[in-house]
Amino acid sequence: MAAITLSDVRKVYAGGVEAVKGVSIDIADGEFLVLVGPSGCGKSTLLRMVAGLETISSGTISIGERVVNRLEPAERDIAMVFQNYALYPHMTVRQNLEYGLKNRGMAKDERGRRIDEAARALEIAQLLDRRPRQLSGGQRQRVAMGRAIVREPAAFLFDEPLSNLDAKLRVQMRAEIRRLQSALRTTSLYVTHDQLEAMTLADRIVVLNAGRVEQIGTPMELYERPASLFVAGFIGSPAMNLVPLAGGSAQAFDNLPAALAEEGRVLGVRPEHLELTDRLAGEGEVGLAMVVTSVESVGAESFLHGALGESGPAIAVRIPGYSRVEPGVRLRAVAPRALLHVFDQTSGRRAA
Amino acid sequence: MVENRPWLNALSHLVLITGVVVVAFPVYLAVIASTRGPNDFYSGLVPLLPGPHALENYSAMFGAGLSTSGAPPLGLMMTNSLIMALSIALGKIAISILSAFAIVYFRFRFRLVAFWIIFITLMLPVEVRILPTFKVVADLGMLNSYAGLSIPLIASATATFLFRQFFLTVPDELMEAARVDGAGPMKFFRDILLPLSRTNIAALFVILFIYGWNQYLWPLMITTDTGYYTVVMGIKRLVAVADAIPQWNYVMAAVVLAMLPPVVVVVAMQRLFVRGLVETEK
Repeated sequence: MAAITLSDVRKVYAGGVEAVKGVSIDIADGEFLVLVGPSGCGKSTLLRMVAGLETISSGTISIGERVVNRLEPAERDIAMVFQNYALYPHMTVRQNLEYGLKNRGMAKDERGRRIDEAARALEIAQLLDRRPRQLSGGQRQRVAMGRAIVREPAAFLFDEPLSNLDAKLRVQMRAEIRRLQSALRTTSLYVTHDQLEAMTLADRIVVLNAGRVEQIGTPMELYERPASLFVAGFIGSPAMNLVPLAGGSAQAFDNLPAALAEEGRVLGVRPEHLELTDRLAGEGEVGLAMVVTSVESVGAESFLHGALGESGPAIAVRIPGYSRVEPGVRLRAVAPRALLHVFDQTSGRRAA
Repeated sequence: MVENRPWLNALSHLVLITGVVVVAFPVYLAVIASTRGPNDFYSGLVPLLPGPHALENYSAMFGAGLSTSGAPPLGLMMTNSLIMALSIALGKIAISILSAFAIVYFRFRFRLVAFWIIFITLMLPVEVRILPTFKVVADLGMLNSYAGLSIPLIASATATFLFRQFFLTVPDELMEAARVDGAGPMKFFRDILLPLSRTNIAALFVILFIYGWNQYLWPLMITTDTGYYTVVMGIKRLVAVADAIPQWNYVMAAVVLAMLPPVVVVVAMQRLFVRGLVETEK
């Protein structure tokens, strides 16, 4: 186990494309850190640089006390779980788990002990003599994790390990990964594009955008105080309502403090913080008027999608239970002023 | 194509059977002729039923050969052919799988150039480059030797190209996983790539063995010593007799014997061969 430190890490590809533009992250020993961002944001490149599968153009990466910039992946004491599992197809599950240990010259009975232990932890003991193609997707995922666990490395690196699984299995495996990591307390770096995965797994989340860190923080910090428009739109589902205060869209609000209602600001409020009402906003609240355009009911909750005012920016409101609201209906909604987010339009950063 | 039309069925069977007969009948004739006595062909009618002389024809050809046509016993020629076909097949596989490995998995200077040079030699079969190749082999003193028979035919691009295409379909993550697992390049090659290429190697072996076995022009060019004659060129000599009628019973016995090793190879490796052609195991 070890801490991982990235300082001012950059990646420039041969064609001059800069995929990672100076990223500094400190990952504490035993921490579960999730890198999240849209595709092409550089998160996988960053992970592969930590793994040693991609060269580092500048900056340093250290695992524990060692700077690993020039070390081979095998010398970095890390284990990696790949998106498509990358199990060796011609080897049995046992041989798959054993391969990395054998290459390190580990004694036979120690190998057997570790494999049995990992197989028990992952409940794959009855699969040890099968080949990968005889396994289901979830089982392959377990074996891939097993291959990482038996190594007992300083850090686990996960490269979107759940994205090939169906939705139900993904939820199950997510819980499993979380359980294993808290049992083993191994430093983990996990890459995903799914904000829900990030929120549920992470001790801390790093939101990446276009090769730069947008924000680092615990899931709740990111949810409650997104540092930029990008993070505000990325974390939370459905996404936060973001209303640029321009061209008179402020008219649709009531009780909006004058200090917030400046041109060039973007007002953000989460769908779950809006409450339908038929009165104007009271003390400490901000209200808005909207026209419903569509309704999504998912059973336990419903989402009303509409336009601010008459035909302004899109607004979504979450209401509990089933909704009988018809499209075309005019509604009012209020949210506590404390839950309002204000961003600067030009810089994209949080303003208040 | 799951319709049930009796007429279409009958027609397709007819076409298939005709095709099989056209291919199989000459083989049948060869087998029949090899069991007949030497005089059965003078009548001008080709016999269609087996005769009683099979054993003596085959043993004569295998052990003694036909001295009149200057060909050594078939046993020797078949051994030569076997050595040549095996060295060509194994040599080609060994060289091409390694060069494909280099081209696909290593970033080195002039990698593309190397690939294209190999690729271009696809356009230069033995027959096209036969004179310069002969000159080189002769100057190296490799005439009338097994090395001269096989080495010039080992250098070829087909197999390199096939292995390259196969390696490109092997996911990169497999190589990366092996790197994380502490396997160096050659260990990755031996532990992962070779086992994965098993069926491809088998398929190529079958194709290349037959290719080597059927070589005619090249052995004809570089062998003057009867001790290095191969069976396919030997058959030609059996037929080309001066001032006499070819002894068809002996010729056909030689033909049937020459056919056997490729058949054995195909039958023995058929399962792997078919899998190598149709299935990609990943």
